[in-house]
Amino acid sequence: MTARSLEPAVPQQGAAGSAVSGPAPRLDPDATAVTTTGLAKRFRGGQLAVAGIDLLVPHGAVYGFLGPNGSGKTTTIRMLLGLVSPTAGSHTLLGRSMPAGAAQVLPRVGALVEGPAFHPYLSGRANLARLDAADRTADPATARRRIDTALDRVGLTAAAKKRYRAYSLGMRQRLGIAAALLQPRELLVLDEPTNGLDPQGTREVRTLVQELASDGVTVLISSHLLSEVEQICTHVGVMHVGKLVAQGTLDELRRSQQPRVAVETTAPAAAVRALAELGLTPGPIEGRHVTAALGEAEPEKVLAALVHAGVPVRQFTLDEAGLEDVFVALTGEGFDVSG
Amino acid sequence: MSAAEMSAVATAPAVRRPPVVSTRFLRSELGMVFGRRRNLAILAVLAGIPIVIAIAIKVTAPVNDGRDGPPFLFSITANGIFVALTALTVVLPLFLPLAVAVVAGESVAGEASLGTLRYLLVVPVSRTRLLAVKYAGALAYCLAAAFIVAVVGTLMGALLFPIGPVTLLSGTQVSYGAGLARLLLVALYIAAMMAGLAAIGLFVSTLTESAIAAMATTAVLAVLSQVLNQVPQLDWLAPWLFSHYWLDYGDLLRDPIATGAVTKGLAATAAYVLIFGSLAWSRITTKDVSS
Repeated sequence: MTARSLEPAVPQQGAAGSAVSGPAPRLDPDATAVTTTGLAKRFRGGQLAVAGIDLLVPHGAVYGFLGPNGSGKTTTIRMLLGLVSPTAGSHTLLGRSMPAGAAQVLPRVGALVEGPAFHPYLSGRANLARLDAADRTADPATARRRIDTALDRVGLTAAAKKRYRAYSLGMRQRLGIAAALLQPRELLVLDEPTNGLDPQGTREVRTLVQELASDGVTVLISSHLLSEVEQICTHVGVMHVGKLVAQGTLDELRRSQQPRVAVETTAPAAAVRALAELGLTPGPIEGRHVTAALGEAEPEKVLAALVHAGVPVRQFTLDEAGLEDVFVALTGEGFDVSG
Repeated sequence: MSAAEMSAVATAPAVRRPPVVSTRFLRSELGMVFGRRRNLAILAVLAGIPIVIAIAIKVTAPVNDGRDGPPFLFSITANGIFVALTALTVVLPLFLPLAVAVVAGESVAGEASLGTLRYLLVVPVSRTRLLAVKYAGALAYCLAAAFIVAVVGTLMGALLFPIGPVTLLSGTQVSYGAGLARLLLVALYIAAMMAGLAAIGLFVSTLTESAIAAMATTAVLAVLSQVLNQVPQLDWLAPWLFSHYWLDYGDLLRDPIATGAVTKGLAATAAYVLIFGSLAWSRITTKDVSS
């Protein structure tokens, strides 16, 4: 995964400003499950929902597509699947240009887009049969078995004959996932698949995604909750107001956020001087607290230097960024809607 | 699923080559159209109309005192086949267009409002195929609606009234069998007229995500067309209205059949189907599906 370095993990800076370390990335569409080039969507009202993103999902990855609600994730997914036509840019799915290759590619792609949607007066099973009947590549001889298997995988066998109208939100979500699994897939696009599921259901979906991924299925899974995907993702992309502000492996993203040292002292001014002498750039003094990005310095030596300089250290801590902090730093917000 | 099965799934992603012609989606659509309770209820109401007409006439035996009534009404007591023709005449202006407006208006907009449209498209169903299947479903409903009235009317007529040689509008008598053949032609002609309305409804349905709005718009257009057709000041417009030729099925009951107006009616309907089918196609193949 070499799409873009994660170093300037600053919101708004986006694609253009990032320096790429190492050799220039080679974009070989055959080796990627999803590639977009400058993909953008401006709605008729003039709102720029997606501002030219270069998404790159390698084969076999579990790609966490993160971002607050309204950051352009769903519009991007709709463009990927050919539901919405981009106003600029292009993209490929499984090595084929879209939307020209839709008829060849989409049978190999399972998708859950912006929540499940089914006919309320049909049973869960009848709804799946309807989708299967619409698929020209589906073999009618195996339809029953494939539908049974899909229902079984999401734990809906017992409720298969119930009308969709009577399903709970969690059951609906499961049926949506079952629909994505009607055929063997090479790519799964799951938009907020754990929405409405209880913790147990969320765990089950996570396990299911891991199972599928271990079989070599590429998964693009969007979420506004980092914690839901952190454990299963190999790669992440972070959206913020229509821009892809970071993309890379989970480790790359973690490393992009530097650890900080925090010092509590009765002589903060002296601490600032001592830190500055070490080459660090301390932040503003807040009461008895001084913090600074660690950079290349070793924390042990920083503490020794502080003590050596006569700074009365009460507490010395090393804050290593969790992904949550990275996420918040990138998007500038937690779970708020970005307009 | 066992591990062996799972890896078999993953290593065999070869997509089955689609058959040249597959009727599965069409059959599924017909199942949806004719499986919906609402659509069946509408057919039941349509079937009720010849029943009501037959019973009412049997009970009251109306006399032709020159007052207005549907054509054929006073022939019923002489021949049961006229129950079917009377019922078709009664349902043509409003009930039949309403029924067609419901199914055609819902076709695309119904899927859009439920959100199932996006899932059909990512299956994938090509947008052209979706439109074709939706229109085929609406056509089947047009046929079913016209035929249920004709068939129930014929049965009620045979049950309550004498049947026998039929006197046509031109005064000639033909056998009961030949009369039934004429009735079949009438039902087909009326279904064809409804196909024009269904094409308009299909187009309206691609414009909105509200099925109710599409149904109402289509029904209003059907009524509006008939009202405008009645306004003498708009005589110049009348031949262009899609409902202008609806009532010309009477020409099929002459001997020999007067083909002039009927042919024009079929041609006009074909033009309407072509125009609104193309509009619907250009709309659905370019629109962003954001529902």
